[in-house]
Amino acid sequence: MSSTAGRLVTSRSELDLDHPNLEDYLPSGSSINEPRGKLSLRDLLDISPTLTEAAGAIVDDSFTRCFKSNPPEPWNWNIYLFPLWCFGVVVRYCLLFPLRVVTLAFGWIIFLSLFIPVNALLKGQDRLRKKIERVLVEMICSFFVASWTGVVKYHGPRPSIRPKQVYVANHTSMIDFIVLEQMTAFAVIMQKHPGWVGLLQSTILESVGCIWFNRSEAKDREIVARKLRDHVQGTDNNPLLIFPEGTCVNNNYTVMFKKGAFELDCTVCPIAIKYNKIFVDAFWNSRKQSFTMHLLQLMTSWAVVCEVWYLEPQTIRPGETGIEFAERVRDMISLRAGLKKVPWDGYLKYSRPSSKHSERKQQSFAESILARLEEK
Amino acid sequence: MGNTSSMLTQYDIEEVQSHCHELFEQQEILSLYQRFCQLDRNAKGFISADEFLSVPEFAMNPLSQRLLKMVDGLNFKDFVAFLSAFSAKASLRQKVQLIFKVYDSDCNGKVSFKDIMEVLRDLSGSFMSDEQREEVLSQVLKESGYTSDSFLTVEDFVKIFGSCKPEMDVEIPVD
Repeated sequence: MSSTAGRLVTSRSELDLDHPNLEDYLPSGSSINEPRGKLSLRDLLDISPTLTEAAGAIVDDSFTRCFKSNPPEPWNWNIYLFPLWCFGVVVRYCLLFPLRVVTLAFGWIIFLSLFIPVNALLKGQDRLRKKIERVLVEMICSFFVASWTGVVKYHGPRPSIRPKQVYVANHTSMIDFIVLEQMTAFAVIMQKHPGWVGLLQSTILESVGCIWFNRSEAKDREIVARKLRDHVQGTDNNPLLIFPEGTCVNNNYTVMFKKGAFELDCTVCPIAIKYNKIFVDAFWNSRKQSFTMHLLQLMTSWAVVCEVWYLEPQTIRPGETGIEFAERVRDMISLRAGLKKVPWDGYLKYSRPSSKHSERKQQSFAESILARLEEK
Repeated sequence: MGNTSSMLTQYDIEEVQSHCHELFEQQEILSLYQRFCQLDRNAKGFISADEFLSVPEFAMNPLSQRLLKMVDGLNFKDFVAFLSAFSAKASLRQKVQLIFKVYDSDCNGKVSFKDIMEVLRDLSGSFMSDEQREEVLSQVLKESGYTSDSFLTVEDFVKIFGSCKPEMDVEIPVD
């Protein structure tokens, strides 16, 4: 489709491979597709099914719903509750927040004073160094979680370090990683971020073993797939944690899982994470706030409450494709965490859908017209 | 709920209602306003083409470019007026008028053979040749008493659609 209004950047063909037929999920009320005898002028001119689909999408669509922040309902709306709320604000900002900053700073001091020497001195003894670094990373993550008064309930058997296994989880915010990391030092695959987050990524996360990807780079997918495979084969590497959605979703829905994690020829251990919005909405809406602002928001709220379920490890069944396996695991995670499934690729946040989808509609329209033309 | 409803006063709602011929109820207009604010990311007062295209379901629609020309840059009042044709309360005439406007891209009140061909091209893409499209269109036009040189007006469209209302209803989610 050529575009005059609005810049249409069609996504790369790689995205086409990542999800099954969209038409199976979307409602298609196209009446013109049912052959109903001879074609009349009215039938040809009646574009109402297509128009209705477009208007329906303008009015409400499942993709935008996935990235909508749902802040907790305000409860301070009357004369008794408002002073109480004001008092709460004072306590949160003037008492809790400084305490938390101090705790976090304290944790960082301990961490750095142990991490840097260990990293420098034990260069030769890799196994010991890695073991200590693992413990230290878990520790600093615990400090982070404490700095938002994180109340995390873990269910299920704790992850173990074994080769040929990958962990997948639904993604709401970068704090997912911290919440999981405080229990087990995972290696993770992440988008490289700018700023102080990027600095952390390249120094500390490098020690637990991290793989970087770049959404905007064309050849990136093959390179990343190879790195994933290498990591999983290694016996001494930390268990790999992958967020197959590829982007942060608002913890009410799950978007399509990228099949990359499911084609590594190893066991997939699903993890479901559900945040309780009672005090704060943990969804990081990267369109609306930077990570720093997001962290500050968490640190000035009462608590971050969440539940983590480690689910039963799954292997690919004979005859199952990577996409089917990914969907099966997504079903498990969505069911456990009470999330609704939508058929969209998370990367549509950054690019337009490929013309393949509109072409399919065009094809079915053309075929029905030509079929009806035959009926005389 | 949420804080967007406080930005629309009762007066605003009534103004919008009269502009869309009373086809939407107050609650529906509030929901549409929430949606409008959600799509209009930097609160400019209108939704740009790019923001419409960020809705994948809309971008995938074969008629998206035609519709974009009609909705790009509309303020909220006109946005609601555009969508009013999709209300269940809209009459046959109002729905057919919108369909006519989609065909009549140069807004001269007449739909020519060429105009219909363009819409057909959007809908069938590369899966039908131009000759096939011309053949189909000439044939059905002839059968209805028109020629390929005819210009169709709104009245012609109303006549063609007869008494059967096109199925063009969109429900506004009200939460």
